[in-house]
Amino acid sequence: MSKIPADLKYTKSHEWVKLGADGVATIGITDHAQEALGDLVYVEPPKKGRKLAAGEACAVVESVKAASDVYSPIAGEVVEGNEALNSAPEQINQDAYGAWLMRIKPANAADVAALMDAKAYEKFLADEAH
Amino acid sequence: MNAVTGLPMSSRTALDELEQHDAFSGRHIGPDAAEQQSMLKELGFATRAALMEAIVPAGIRRQGVLPLGSFTAPATEHEALNRLRRLADKNQVLKSFIGQGYYGSYTPGVILRTVFENPAWYTAYTPYQPEISQGRLEALLNYQQMVTDLTGLAIANASMLDEATAAAEAMTLVKRMSKSASDTFFVADDVLPQTLEVVQTRAKPLGIQVKVGKALDAAETDCFGALLQYPGVDGEVRDYRALAAALHTKGAAVVAATDLLALTLLMPPGEWGADVAVGNSQRFGVPMGFGGPHAAFLATKDEFKRSMPGRLVGVTIDSQGKPALRLALQTREQHIRREKATSNICTAQALLAIMASMYAVYHGPKGLKTIAERVHRLTGVLASGLKQLGHAPVNATFFDTLTVKTGADTAAVHRAAEEKHLNLRHVDASHVGISLDETTTREQVQALWSVFAPKAAQPDFAALEKQAAAAWPAALGRRSAYLTHPIFNCHHSEHEMLRYLRELADKDLALDRTMIPLGSCTMKLNAVSEMLPVSWPEFAHIHPFAPESQTAGYREMVAQLEEMLVACTGYAAVSLQPNAGSQGEYAGLLIIQAYHASRGEAHRNVCLIPASAHGTNPASAQMAGMHVVVVACDDNGNVDLADLETKAEQHKHDLAAIMITYPSTHGVFEQGVRDICDVVHQHGGQVYVDGANMNAMVGLAAPGLFGGDVSHLNLHKTFCIPHGGGGPGVGPVAVGAHLKKFLPNTRSVGYVRDAAGIGSISATPYGSASILPISWMYIAMMGASGLQAATETAILAANYLAKKLAPHYPVLYSGPGGLVAHECILDLRPIKETSGITVDDVAKRLMDYGFHAPTMSFPVPGTLMVEPTESESKHELDRFIEAMIQIREEIRAVEQGKLDREDNPLRHAPHTAEMIAADEWKHAYGREQAAFPVASLRKRKYWPPVSRADNAYGDRNLSCSCPPMSEY
Repeated sequence: MSKIPADLKYTKSHEWVKLGADGVATIGITDHAQEALGDLVYVEPPKKGRKLAAGEACAVVESVKAASDVYSPIAGEVVEGNEALNSAPEQINQDAYGAWLMRIKPANAADVAALMDAKAYEKFLADEAH
Repeated sequence: MNAVTGLPMSSRTALDELEQHDAFSGRHIGPDAAEQQSMLKELGFATRAALMEAIVPAGIRRQGVLPLGSFTAPATEHEALNRLRRLADKNQVLKSFIGQGYYGSYTPGVILRTVFENPAWYTAYTPYQPEISQGRLEALLNYQQMVTDLTGLAIANASMLDEATAAAEAMTLVKRMSKSASDTFFVADDVLPQTLEVVQTRAKPLGIQVKVGKALDAAETDCFGALLQYPGVDGEVRDYRALAAALHTKGAAVVAATDLLALTLLMPPGEWGADVAVGNSQRFGVPMGFGGPHAAFLATKDEFKRSMPGRLVGVTIDSQGKPALRLALQTREQHIRREKATSNICTAQALLAIMASMYAVYHGPKGLKTIAERVHRLTGVLASGLKQLGHAPVNATFFDTLTVKTGADTAAVHRAAEEKHLNLRHVDASHVGISLDETTTREQVQALWSVFAPKAAQPDFAALEKQAAAAWPAALGRRSAYLTHPIFNCHHSEHEMLRYLRELADKDLALDRTMIPLGSCTMKLNAVSEMLPVSWPEFAHIHPFAPESQTAGYREMVAQLEEMLVACTGYAAVSLQPNAGSQGEYAGLLIIQAYHASRGEAHRNVCLIPASAHGTNPASAQMAGMHVVVVACDDNGNVDLADLETKAEQHKHDLAAIMITYPSTHGVFEQGVRDICDVVHQHGGQVYVDGANMNAMVGLAAPGLFGGDVSHLNLHKTFCIPHGGGGPGVGPVAVGAHLKKFLPNTRSVGYVRDAAGIGSISATPYGSASILPISWMYIAMMGASGLQAATETAILAANYLAKKLAPHYPVLYSGPGGLVAHECILDLRPIKETSGITVDDVAKRLMDYGFHAPTMSFPVPGTLMVEPTESESKHELDRFIEAMIQIREEIRAVEQGKLDREDNPLRHAPHTAEMIAADEWKHAYGREQAAFPVASLRKRKYWPPVSRADNAYGDRNLSCSCPPMSEY
């Protein structure tokens, strides 16, 4: 069973979001997503300053047998991409909720609250499995 | 009574039967009549015909026998060879000075016999399973090293289809990577004409403008990239250093189309600023073959590597920490990225790349340089002699090519040359071209002088030879070393070479050792009689642009093969130009676009593709500029008709096509295929039927008869061209009557089927012409009845396997009566739940049993797709069944806790001899169980040379060149 921390928000495309006290949202892929992809070998986080629409493909994660786009859960501007992942993509496999992909300044902070909570994501995963 | 033998007349065998005209099909088809009967009995059918009736939907069954004309009756191997010999004799082999990307070359005998004509090399599959492919992976790594060394760039792939498509791939590569926002690609006017034509074909659907101009003016054009030929088609060697710098300043990238032999003497493109280099490695020991197959190459700088097309061999480690090779960065490719892939290319030219790399191993850097210097010396002597004779070449600089102004005498010069059995290049009405090569002699240089000046006294060869010097700008002489790796410097004696080739071949599993039950790949017999003609000089040594008068036999053979394939597919016409299945697909989609445009409906650009499609389909659609819309599949793996109707309706104003595979990629004859075709036609679309699974249909059904408008075939699947370890392939495109006029041309060399035809898909009119005799021979020897028997036996074999394995592994999809088509999908997902054993573990464990794994995780993740083909005997099928059942027992032991969940023979498979023989053995299971799980392995055991390759390590620590000196 993959981990689903209670204090995060989630998307149907398996991203997690954490809204910080500074109003910046930290975003990564869920434990379920890293497990499905397998050993990650390459990550391309978005560049700082890029303006994103909600649902826009903004990063790429690759394992040896799958490549997947990461979609921005909310609209906003990229404050920082996690360049440390370039040389150590396996960090996502080791700790999906520690190895964040990008930090976004939300266009509208309320957008984060509208995402799925842990319980809803858990149910979504259970439904998806059937 | 018969007077002589005393036997009753009734038991006397007719002479017709004694002649055994149909003998070949009995060799090609594995199970004999008695074995087939016992297989049918297992399935509960009395005859093959009854089984076919139960499997192939009545609505699509072909009536009557295949209309193969004079090839309807089968021919024996000797009869067919004789018939083909008569065609070959209609070709004339002249010494070629045509050049333009194709040159005479000597294939070293040891490479000809030990690689090109050796089933251990040519019957291997693409090395997706690295542990059983280390031999050809090493040969391909040598190829990459050779290309990176000679081009002076950081990374090269394991081959492209031809120089023209490689240049087109380079165009899209630099489009992805360039900093310029321009949509224009500049092509120098001295690029090979056939390259320009393919680049133009590829550019159009992508909205790229191609601007042709003088090379040195490139920087004055606002472009995202520029293609320069080095040396140019006219022979000129230009200094592009300043130009490359100027283009870079503007954010444009530089692509150099170049020549490997020239680069042993010239500054490599990577050193003068090219970002990408492409070209053809043909002159490294591969016959011209009337256009192919040969291996093209593509090299680039490190920053571009993730955007490269094609297969790439990389170094990794195995589970024991030892070096192992594998295909790297596969996420770029069509089978994973689909419409977002870097290209649709899959099959490349592995066998020919291996030959070219071995040519470099055999000659080494000094040997290659000697050849290049000889070619250049003779060119220099020829040039100064021509100057003395008043025919000074137009180009002042050169490596091996001269352009000579012949004015009004042009036709006469060509005639005089042909009389001396020499072919020159037809440049235009007033110029001829002369390209020298490895096979050129001093006598031929003198003969050329007399062609231009028949009455003049011959120049003094020895005197001119003494004066000859390097004829390129002094700054462009090569200074950097190349091919310094030990591998290129230690196999120069024939014994060393012979043993190196044997060592590599022994590492691999090919059809000469075991069945290769790869679903959707059709690894059937590649009979030797089919292969023999490929080496005949009348097929091997013809230049693709030789005058028509010398190639009548080739063209007759091509026309006959086209007719044979028309008969098999039920379409109206076939083009053999596409030199891989991917190219056939792409051609088919362009033909559909041309058709819509001809009806004023050029806006139709939506391509429907079922979710289960092979990744090449969406990748090809993207290259054709189409918009991919995915159609759902139902629980039985069939196209969801309701979803299809919805999407067809939704896109009725812009629907261009649907791409379906038949039988489906799930290995089932979909009952509703006619309905699918009808729905698409009603909404204005055309139906593309992917011919990957044609082996289930030849003689029984034909896409052109049940609703298809276009198909491509894979001659390297259904029609016996060997896979060559990842190419060559041939992917003819077949079309209905309404699309015939749109078949591809090669206008740049005067090949025009119809003025309405699409542009060139490959560099030459007939693509990989020299391997077409393989399919011709197969069809001629099988005849109509043999081809149908092959199809039926392939279906019988798949159902026999499915029936025998179903109690052990669920068969995922089947049609009515629980029957499959020519392949079946074994579902291993439940096993993963109960034991943790994955599809990878089973695939690797099969290697310990001496088998190549079936297709993994396509079209459904966590499954194995098995396609036995008609060519495997019941004995071989039973051997595979035994292995699979024994592996299931091992899994059961894991499930029951009798074997550890982690430390078991599946998780640690494959086991090398080194692991088994080590003094230390730390596993919870025995050595014997690891290496000899079934008794028959004691007689015949294959030892994988490496243990399980670490895929993640290889992609995280990418290295695509030979290991450093220190490792030797």
